[in-house]
Amino acid sequence: MNIQFREQTDSVAPLTVKTAIADCDIHPARATRTELYPYLAKRWQHHLEVYGVHAYQGMMEGPPYPKAQPNASRRDAYPPEGGPQGSSLSFMQKQLLDPNNVQLGVLNPLNTGQGIRNHELSAALCSAINDWQIDKWTSKDKRLKASIVVGNEDGLSAAAEIRERAGDRNFVQVLLLSRNVEPLGQRRYWPIYQAAEEAGLPVGVHAFGFGGNPITPSGWPSYYIEEMVGHSQCQQSALASLVLEGVFERFPKLKMVMIEAGFGWAPSLAWRLDKVWQRLRSEVPHVKRPPSEYIREQVWWTTQPMEDPERREDLFDVIKWIGWDRLLFATDYPHWDYDEPSRVLPAGVSEANREAFYLGNAKKLYGIA
Amino acid sequence: MARHVIAPVDELPPGTRKFLEIDGRPIAVFNIKGEYFGLLNRCPHQGAALCEGPLIGLAQSSDPGEIEYTKLGEIIRCPWHGWEFDIRTGQSYCDPRRFRVKAYPAHVEPGASVVKGPYVAETVTVKVESDYVVVEL
Ligand code: FES
Repeated sequence: MNIQFREQTDSVAPLTVKTAIADCDIHPARATRTELYPYLAKRWQHHLEVYGVHAYQGMMEGPPYPKAQPNASRRDAYPPEGGPQGSSLSFMQKQLLDPNNVQLGVLNPLNTGQGIRNHELSAALCSAINDWQIDKWTSKDKRLKASIVVGNEDGLSAAAEIRERAGDRNFVQVLLLSRNVEPLGQRRYWPIYQAAEEAGLPVGVHAFGFGGNPITPSGWPSYYIEEMVGHSQCQQSALASLVLEGVFERFPKLKMVMIEAGFGWAPSLAWRLDKVWQRLRSEVPHVKRPPSEYIREQVWWTTQPMEDPERREDLFDVIKWIGWDRLLFATDYPHWDYDEPSRVLPAGVSEANREAFYLGNAKKLYGIA
Repeated sequence: MARHVIAPVDELPPGTRKFLEIDGRPIAVFNIKGEYFGLLNRCPHQGAALCEGPLIGLAQSSDPGEIEYTKLGEIIRCPWHGWEFDIRTGQSYCDPRRFRVKAYPAHVEPGASVVKGPYVAETVTVKVESDYVVVEL
């Protein structure tokens, strides 16, 4: 194999869009293994050096290198100064934020401290990541807003982290992953929803995670491509659990954002839930309304990956059901399944819907003036 | 068809590629084992700088369990979403309709003759004249 790269030039992004956009799924990375140490107590630095992390699953890392592209990222996203893709603010500005006129960029760090069995370490790492997001990103570029990363398997410490960050405008949402130890509606996670609702912050559920369960309900698949589609199956279970355990009923002001798992499946999941609920309602009397109502009122969806059917009318039908006011544009930068803003939306969308899709919905949801 | 001299041959040894702009169009020229190929450096999918991707081979399968890996160094893989293109022709391999026919042209064609509609990267003809690499477009 013969891999060569053009020398970096100034024109890293050939296409630009004039209208301002929001990018609701950006993945900042650490440049070095120890970049979080300044935000971690000595005790945890030593712990990491001596014991490492103990995850819920055999595969310690979500993305074993290279996952379709090196680090599952665009091959042209290596910062010129070195380090992994997504680790340089100046390069992110030059490659993503400036040419695409990104007015709001929501950071969703992955491979943080979530899904670690040692809950104290998990909480410490998540808190460190949050400090690091302010120091390295949001305080340096006002377009960027962070997600509060929480130790998801310990609802109480997660809620404490949310309360500590509440009101800090560096943060615009709470970040969970779709693969947890249990389906996301279960009680161990309720303190997270309660704290998020109190703080007025949406809870983003990003695909991936380290819950220890296979990504498909029928076991571990053979291929990466199965894992890619498995994320939507996983997200569907998470959403069904949130509805059926009564999370939306108990936290009526809670807003959830489904991140990076597609949205084409939303109508059929809701239809199926409604139909079964009509017959089995008495099993879950705490679910007081048809499931689709909660979904349509309390759930938002990011666009990357966006379904890409042959007939654009099919896409429009799905969006019509979900609501043009519910979609949040996302690139997933710097990951390899990145969506180019100027190329994702087919023609035939009204100006008002385009504006909502690219910017308006996100500004409203995240409370950005 | 205008001819553009782009480099003396020794500036483009086997295994290398050169990026340039001709008439406002981003072009990449490859030297694969002494043969030269030009491609428009813009992916027909979402517009990435296609030619910054790695050169790989072509994985094909006639039956489950049978894997053939050919055309080593002749397939360019887009740096964004990984769509694969034959640098000899610009032909895409990710259009599912092509996989159904099960026949993959392996012969060399002049690039300009293979623009076959959607999912075909634009190609330019490249040839060596004396000691210079020349691109025609
Ligand atoms: S831009 Fe090349 S594969 Fe998507």
